[in-house]
Amino acid sequence: MIPIKLKGRTISRGCAKGEVLLSRDPISFLGSVDPKTGVVIEENHALEGKSIQNKVLVFPHGKGSTVGSYVMYQLKKNGVAPSAIINLETEPIVAVGAIISEIPLVDMLERNPYEVLNDGDLVLVNGSKGYVELLKQETNKPENDEMKDNQEN
Amino acid sequence: MYLTKEEERILNGETGETLRQAIEILVALGDIYSADRLIPIKSAQIAGVSYKTMGDAGLEWISDLQGKVKVPAILNPAGMDLQDWKRLKISPDFAEKQKLIVQAYEKLGIRCECTCTPYTLEGFDAGYGDHLAWSESSAVSYANSVLGARTNREGGPSALSAALLGKTANYGFHLDENRVPEVSFDVESLLKGSDYGALGYVAGKLAGSKVPVFQLRNTPDADELKALGAAMAASGAVALYHVEGVTPEICRVNFEAPAEKITIERSQLDEVYESLKEACKKPELITIGCPHCSARELEKAAELLRGKTVSKEFWIFTSRELANRYPEYIRTIEKSGAKVVCDTCMVVSPATNSYSCVMVNSGKALAYVPGMCGAEAVYGSMEACVEEAVGRTENKAGDSN
Repeated sequence: MIPIKLKGRTISRGCAKGEVLLSRDPISFLGSVDPKTGVVIEENHALEGKSIQNKVLVFPHGKGSTVGSYVMYQLKKNGVAPSAIINLETEPIVAVGAIISEIPLVDMLERNPYEVLNDGDLVLVNGSKGYVELLKQETNKPENDEMKDNQEN
Repeated sequence: MYLTKEEERILNGETGETLRQAIEILVALGDIYSADRLIPIKSAQIAGVSYKTMGDAGLEWISDLQGKVKVPAILNPAGMDLQDWKRLKISPDFAEKQKLIVQAYEKLGIRCECTCTPYTLEGFDAGYGDHLAWSESSAVSYANSVLGARTNREGGPSALSAALLGKTANYGFHLDENRVPEVSFDVESLLKGSDYGALGYVAGKLAGSKVPVFQLRNTPDADELKALGAAMAASGAVALYHVEGVTPEICRVNFEAPAEKITIERSQLDEVYESLKEACKKPELITIGCPHCSARELEKAAELLRGKTVSKEFWIFTSRELANRYPEYIRTIEKSGAKVVCDTCMVVSPATNSYSCVMVNSGKALAYVPGMCGAEAVYGSMEACVEEAVGRTENKAGDSN
């Protein structure tokens, strides 16, 4: 597979890898995510019941209270924060939350992340240089060999 | 965004982690809002103080920071009177956490006075064209509109970052083009006192986040402008407004009249006062001082309460500096049984949550008390608030019970 590299805008610096988790819904970290477990608890949210821990969380933008920035910090301290974030276009609550929590964040990718990325894809987010790299695409029924590859990462 | 060599060094972490994070926040916000550069600020006012709104998440973050602010910086109201928290029945657990938050800010060199009216305090005067990084929505509105200074409505971390660096990103209300009136409100009826809070409550909903210009038939004073702006920032998202012939910027700059024109009728203001008659319950708690009472408002409250006794809980909020400056007013007010409370307000203190109906003379409190305190809110002038608070005593005097 030829690695796909998408340029974007730096919001929060740092570099991290993880599995993609896509949300079409915006996220309010205050009230939508349990800061102790990293599980989305907002009723009828696209990610309700799912954990964002160590994921590369893809969502359009933040919403809701500015306290959400601090909730992101709490997630990080509790070890259940996403490893990185990709937004369509970041707003200040999530931007500030990602920076104070040292979660790499890139937005405004050159291609629509919802068209390029799927749940379970392994990606690298380089917040310092402002790009996202697709390292390994998720297939519906992964072969055993691929599973091994994943573990090596 | 253009950064100076020194700013680049800070961003590269050469001056420590706290400053690196602070400038990263300002640069990210600057990029989001297309700022060209960082500009120096005169002072900062930092939101994110009440434990009621910050919670453990905010406490953890603020406790981990190191460093010292570069410009005068002050705090938004906290969740309780920092000296006398027991009087409003704040729980010891809450008080403990609240004190930790304030101590963490103090460690950073921030003046630990908690008020939404920093512009009344020594060292926080702001003049025409001064750049600031203030947070609290009514203080932002007052600075932009009444003083002609320039500030965006900063979040807690961005205001703190600005204070640590002495700079903010140059976007939004720092720029001339975003200060132009976009909608005109024509108010034909004469206004006084609490009418301005009612007008703000109505106008904020109509304006949303646009910059309004008011055509008024009379000239509001500073307290009335404070009430107008506070209400519009709460019922809408107005951070700057102009009043034709009154506020400084529209007196100096030749703005074009906005195409959108709206007339506000007396009946729309009367509807705000109707909340008192329409309420399911009688007010159990009466509060004034949102935003914090000025010296003149404290004087007026003292005059209205002189020689009277309140029969309901009556809280009057102000800044500690003003309470200390005018001890006679405070004595007169408290002799009536009303309580003068500093460092906090009815919206951000958990004390209000134990009441089911609260009377206010503030359009801002009217907008926030239902959602933030789970209580019904009703509106009246300061005179009506005092009458409501002392009313039952007067009834009793003529009652056989």
